Amino acid sequence: MEELVNLFHGFAVALQPFNIAVMVLGIVLGVIIGVLPGLGGANGVAILLPLTFSMPPTSAIIMLSCIYWGALFGGAITSILFNIPGEPWSVATTFDGYPMAQQGKAAESLTAAFTSSFVGALFAVIMITLVAPLVAGFALRFGPAEKFAVYFLAFCSFVGLSKEPPFKTIAAMMIGFALAAVGLDSITGQLRLTFGSTELLNGFDFLIAVIGLFGLGEIFLTMEEGLNFRGGKAKIDLRVVLRTWKSLPQYWMTSLRSCVIGCWMGVTPAGATPASFMSYGIAKRMSKNGKNFGKGEIEGVIAPETAAHAAGTAALLPMLSLGVPGSPTAAVLLGGLLIWGLQPGPMLFVEQKEFVWGLIASMYLGNLVGLIIVLTCVPIFAAILRVPFSIIAPLILVLCAIGAYSVHNSTFDVVMMLVFGVIGYALKKCNYPLAPLVLAIVLGDKAEEAFRQSLLGSQGSLGIFFSNTLVSTIMILGLIALFWSLISNGLARLRNRTAAASV
Amino acid sequence: MTTHQSHTTGPTHKAVEAGVTTVIGLFGAVVVYGSIKAGINWGAEGPKAGFFPFYVGLFIIISSLINLWNTLREADGPLFAEWGQLRQVFSVILPTGIYVAALPFIGLYLASAIFIAWFMRWLGKYNWPIIAALSLGMPIVTYLVFERWFLVPLPKGPVEEWLGL
Repeated sequence: MEELVNLFHGFAVALQPFNIAVMVLGIVLGVIIGVLPGLGGANGVAILLPLTFSMPPTSAIIMLSCIYWGALFGGAITSILFNIPGEPWSVATTFDGYPMAQQGKAAESLTAAFTSSFVGALFAVIMITLVAPLVAGFALRFGPAEKFAVYFLAFCSFVGLSKEPPFKTIAAMMIGFALAAVGLDSITGQLRLTFGSTELLNGFDFLIAVIGLFGLGEIFLTMEEGLNFRGGKAKIDLRVVLRTWKSLPQYWMTSLRSCVIGCWMGVTPAGATPASFMSYGIAKRMSKNGKNFGKGEIEGVIAPETAAHAAGTAALLPMLSLGVPGSPTAAVLLGGLLIWGLQPGPMLFVEQKEFVWGLIASMYLGNLVGLIIVLTCVPIFAAILRVPFSIIAPLILVLCAIGAYSVHNSTFDVVMMLVFGVIGYALKKCNYPLAPLVLAIVLGDKAEEAFRQSLLGSQGSLGIFFSNTLVSTIMILGLIALFWSLISNGLARLRNRTAAASV
Repeated sequence: MTTHQSHTTGPTHKAVEAGVTTVIGLFGAVVVYGSIKAGINWGAEGPKAGFFPFYVGLFIIISSLINLWNTLREADGPLFAEWGQLRQVFSVILPTGIYVAALPFIGLYLASAIFIAWFMRWLGKYNWPIIAALSLGMPIVTYLVFERWFLVPLPKGPVEEWLGL
C-alpha cells in the first residue's frame, strides 16, 4: 500500500508543468534519435546528458528516460517504412513490418507497432512498480560478496545469452574492465596502468566510450554502405488507428508472451535486441498464422515490438534496485545518476523516494505521451529520413564532439571519442559485441571493489562466494547463465534422443 | 599499391579479424605488464592495485588466443570490405581527425562550420547557399542551446574572442 502512496506522490512530481514539458521534449528528441542512423538510444542519451547538468535530478532523469522511450518508438518507424532498422532492436520488426508497408498497410503496421510498444512498456512499468521496491529491500542486506555475485550474474548472462561467440564477448567485456581499472585505484589510492600519462589519471569515462563506440562507429559503418535514403510518405488517420486497435485484442496471447519474454530478457542484461528476436521466433512457432510470418503478418510486428519495449523498460529495474544496468542505455542513465550525485542501488528507494517514484510515474506518463506523439507525428518523423546522409552525418559528428567535450570540458576526451569510434568500427565489423564492453567500463570499479572487499574479509579465499545460501544461489545462477548455451545444447540433444527413441 | 584493384577486391575478413584479435591480445599484455608494475600481490590493505587488472589482462590474452585460433581455422571467405568502401570510411575518419585536432585551437564553432561545409561540398556536392545556411546555422543553434539555455560552455577560439562572446 505504501508503494501506491509513493507512486501517487511520484505522479504529482511528474505532472509538474516543467516536467511535462521536459517529457515531451525528451520523447521528440528520442524519436528523432531513433529514426536517425548512427544515433541510438545509448549514445543519444550520452550526448544529451550534459544538457541536464543544470536541471534538478528528477527532471533530468525524466528527460533522459523519455529520450530512451522515444528512441524505442522511433526505431519502428524506419523499420516499417524503409526496411532500415533505426535501432538494432527493431531489426525483427522489419521482417513483417516492411512487407505490410509494401502491401499498402503501413498505417496498420505502424499503429500495431506503436500500440504494442506501449503495451510492452506498460507491462514492464507495472512490474517495476511492484517488484523494484521488494528487490531493493532485499538487496539492502547484500554484503560485498553478494554484490559481486550480482555483477557476476549480470556478466555471465551476457556471455551465455549473446549471439556472438562467447570468447569474443569475454574479450570485449575484459577490455571494458581493463579500461575501467586505468587511473586511480579507489581502494589503495595508487595509480595504475597510466604509464606516466597525465591524461589517463582519471581513467576512461564510459560516456566518451559510448559516444565513440556507438555514435561514431555506427556512422563509419553507414558510410561503408554509402546509404541513400529514399523516403516514402506515411500518414496515419484516426479511422485506421481505431480499426487496428479493434483487431489487436485477438492477439492477446502473443502480446502477453512477448511481454514476459521482454521483461525477463530486460532484467537479465541481454537487452532488447535478443528479446525482440526471441519473441518473434517463438510467436512464429506458436501462432496459427506462423507460415505467413515474413509476408506481412501483423502478429509478426506485435511480437518483436512488444518484447523490445518491455525489455528496454525492464532494463531499468536492476538499474534502480541493484545499481546494475540491464542495457547500455540504462548504463548511461546510471552514469547520469552518479553525475547528479545520487548513488544508484537499493538505498535510492530509502533516501531518494521522490526521485525514484517520480521516475517510475514518468515511465507511465512518458510512454502514453510517446504513443500519442508518434501516432500523430509520423509524417514529420518520416520526413527526417528524406534528409540525405551527407547532411545528417556531419551534424551528428559535430553533436557527438559537443557531447564528448561537455562531459568534462576536455578536448582530450574528443580525441578519445574518435579513437573509440575507430575501435568500435573495427570491433563491430569483427563481430565483437559492444554492450558488455560499455557495461564493464561502467561497473568495473564497483565490481572490483566488491571483489576485493570480499577477499579481504575471507583472507583471500574464493570460498567466500559460496559461504552462504544467498551468495551461492546467485553465483550458481551466474554459472548456469555462463554455460547456458552448452546446457541448452545438451538438453536439446537429450530431447532429440528421447524423441528418436520413442519413434 | 597496384592499379588493377577493381571494386570487388579488398582485405579479407579473416586477415583483418586476425589483426584486430592480435591487437586485443597485445592490449591484454600491456594490461598485465602495467598491473605487475602496480603490484599484484597482497599488501597491507589486502590485494594491491594491480591484483584485479592482472587477471583481467590474463583473461584478455587467453580469450584472444582462442579467438585467433578460431579465426585462423576459418576459410578465406568473404571480404572485410571493398577498397572503395574503405576509402569512403576513411574519407570520414580523416576529416573527423583533423576536425578533432583543430578543436582546441580554433574553437568548436569555427571548426564545426568548416567541417560541415567540407562534408556537404565534398561528399554531398551541394550548392554553396545551402552549405552556408547549414554550416553557419548549426553553430549558431548550438551556441544558443548549449551556452545560453543550458549554460554548458564549449571550447572557443580567436573568432569568438574577436566577436566578444
